[in-house]
Amino acid sequence: MKNKINNLKIINTDILIIGGGGAGLRAAIEAYDNRINNAKIIIVSKSLPGKAHTVMAEGGIAASLGDVDDKDNWKVHFSDTFKEGVYLGNYKMIEILVKEAPERVYELEKYGALFDRTKEGKIMQRAFGAHTYKRLCHIGDKTGMEIIRVLEDQVLKRNIEFLDELQITKIFKHENKIIGAIGLDLKSGNFILINCRAIILASGGCGRLYKTTSNSLETTGDGLAMAYDIGCELIDMEMVQFHPTGMVYPLGVKGLLVTEGIRGEGGILLNNKNERFMKKYSPKRMELDARDVVARAIYNEIKIGNGTEHNGVYLDISHKGASFIKKKLPAMYEQFKEFADIDITKQKMEVGPTVHYHMGGIKTNPGTCETNINGLFAAGEVAGGLHGANRLGGNSLADILVFGRRAGLFCSKYINENKRANFDIMSNLLLKQQINLEIRRINNYLSLYSFKSLKNKNNNNLVVYELLDLLKSTMNENVEIIRSEKSLKNALKVINSIKNQLKNIKVNGTTKYNRGLLACLELENELKIANCIIKSAIKRTESRGAHFRSDFPKTSKLWKKNIICKKQNNSLKLTLVKVPELSKNLKKILAD
Amino acid sequence: MNKIIKIYKSQENKFKEFEVPIQEGMVVLDAVIYILEHFDSTISVRWNCKAARCGSCGAEINGLPKLMCKTRIDSIKEDIEIKPLKIFKNVQDIVVDVSDTWEIKKKMPGFEIINKFSNKNISTKEMKIYEIDVERAQEFKKCIECFLCLDSCHVIREHKTNYIGPMHVVKTASFDMNPIDKKIRIDFLDKNGIRYCNVTKCCTEVCPAHIKITDNAIIPEKERINDKKIL
Repeated sequence: MKNKINNLKIINTDILIIGGGGAGLRAAIEAYDNRINNAKIIIVSKSLPGKAHTVMAEGGIAASLGDVDDKDNWKVHFSDTFKEGVYLGNYKMIEILVKEAPERVYELEKYGALFDRTKEGKIMQRAFGAHTYKRLCHIGDKTGMEIIRVLEDQVLKRNIEFLDELQITKIFKHENKIIGAIGLDLKSGNFILINCRAIILASGGCGRLYKTTSNSLETTGDGLAMAYDIGCELIDMEMVQFHPTGMVYPLGVKGLLVTEGIRGEGGILLNNKNERFMKKYSPKRMELDARDVVARAIYNEIKIGNGTEHNGVYLDISHKGASFIKKKLPAMYEQFKEFADIDITKQKMEVGPTVHYHMGGIKTNPGTCETNINGLFAAGEVAGGLHGANRLGGNSLADILVFGRRAGLFCSKYINENKRANFDIMSNLLLKQQINLEIRRINNYLSLYSFKSLKNKNNNNLVVYELLDLLKSTMNENVEIIRSEKSLKNALKVINSIKNQLKNIKVNGTTKYNRGLLACLELENELKIANCIIKSAIKRTESRGAHFRSDFPKTSKLWKKNIICKKQNNSLKLTLVKVPELSKNLKKILAD
Repeated sequence: MNKIIKIYKSQENKFKEFEVPIQEGMVVLDAVIYILEHFDSTISVRWNCKAARCGSCGAEINGLPKLMCKTRIDSIKEDIEIKPLKIFKNVQDIVVDVSDTWEIKKKMPGFEIINKFSNKNISTKEMKIYEIDVERAQEFKKCIECFLCLDSCHVIREHKTNYIGPMHVVKTASFDMNPIDKKIRIDFLDKNGIRYCNVTKCCTEVCPAHIKITDNAIIPEKERINDKKIL
């Protein structure tokens, strides 16, 4: 074997953070502030700084400050979160989340964030689905953007390196310890090997597995797939959240989020008969019930023929008046005006369910964010177990800050305690071979490196898009709000057939900023995750939260279990683990 | 209905032409994605949120800097011509190298909290901030950092100066007009060419977040510099 690999640049760091969203940035800040011996920290992101999916978060961050409803406290927040996650969420994680969220909000203020204010100069909090009190601290409907900006300001102040447009494609471990990762630098087309002692995965969810989703185009589940590949345990993968309200029209923005903040500020849902149909489904909470309930209600209204022209239902906030709407929901006003020619201060919106969030993800130690691989930490949407079967609005912004910080803290502790030097991957023959294999895996997608495909240069190089489309529409139709064994097995068949076709895919161009090549990598990752989601969904023979089975429509006590996915001998192994019993103290809180 | 879309290909240094079927409500980025999926997957293009929130997909569309995800096809009568933003070094096709903007942000004096709030143990009850004081900075915090204003600025486009450009003045203003920030940044702005701006308001015109960049950020900052110099 040659000693050098062409186009391979080698970088050394102590901590590698994969993902430049809220969780990744918060982790970087904490890791930096707790490091010793000038440990080096690098953030890599496949997009530009400040562009990660966090910018799309709208409604707010849930924290029981009690600034608007002074009865609120962490106990009520705990009980709301645990109950609406239908008793599947990890209670230790939830307790940490609800206790630490207020601190994280105040900290954002000290970083320079400017929340909307109450008359008394306190932080304004708005109502949101299934939150007992007004709890969501917000900046209009652009909360995520403010969070990512102020975190970025903090990163800029520190000596943290940010490598943008670098897509990590594989993580390496040696004797169950993290030793590095390899990726593709989009701008140069070079492969980059990063030797490191620990990795924090903060790479977000996988909403783009579906055709109709509120997620950014980059939310393709790479982190989940890479973690799965090295034997990391994944939890609750079947739990995919459908947000009740996404745009349904025009086609180009189908799925784009319409914030729950609209309902929080008084928006109502109507069907084509002008009935406020939530009366039928949830007479008490109406539009502000948990997302799974409202999403299923909308789904049902459309199915029974009460839908609108573009297969949605109406959402109306016009009664609140133009000045209120423009102040509290400026992005929504703009979004409908620009994309759909709808003036929401006067007209009704058309909305329908859209894939929004993945409650499932990497299984972590509740307090430390450590995974079953030494030196691998995970935080944010890529991690699972916190939200159980359904996530409450605003809990995910709290999640990325609370657990982003913890991942950074415990990761720096880990490297402080494990004072080994960086493992020199290139000096180990076996690992070097793995690197070669990884580079070959990617290059193999390029017709440039293949004699056969040169012949049909113009025909075959776009098949990847057909397959991606097939995967996404299959997920849309078969692994949706309401599933059954039949629909799920059908999806599995399609996925296996796509997997077989994947081997022959070739695209034109080079490794440099090649959208076609990135589509191939996306497809390969998404197939792995889809497999986990579908098999877990088949396994869970009950309905709970976001997972609704038409063939098992009831919630079963026997199913207070988490499903764990793990790769073993190259195939997926599912294990059932009982949800841990609550402590006495927490049981009492739930009972109150 | 079909539309002619011309995209700049850097390797050949010319425009490549495609005919794309148009649906109602379609934006330019939809057409570009259609082209990738049906004609040529090698076109380098940057995107992310596809909802005008992240500011990744800026390009010159028929000569004007715009977000591809926000520009409706039906807003343009002629054939559509897509070029990369001119002021940046080209990486490939429509993708440009914006890494300098990160370096400028690094140099910019960041947010620093006023003394009465800097105590670690201060609770929010004592940290009273009022809506009226927040609104001014909130306008600048709407900035999605899409680089369009930089591309539209003739000081940057046509002259070689050290002016950091509107986007960075907006960022500076978002710190300066934050009611709980204590730092003074006029020296930074003065040293970084703000005086070159001769308030033609092109930046304001192209801003997809509708920030009144010139009136509310650049002019007040210029005035602060002058006030200080006179004093």
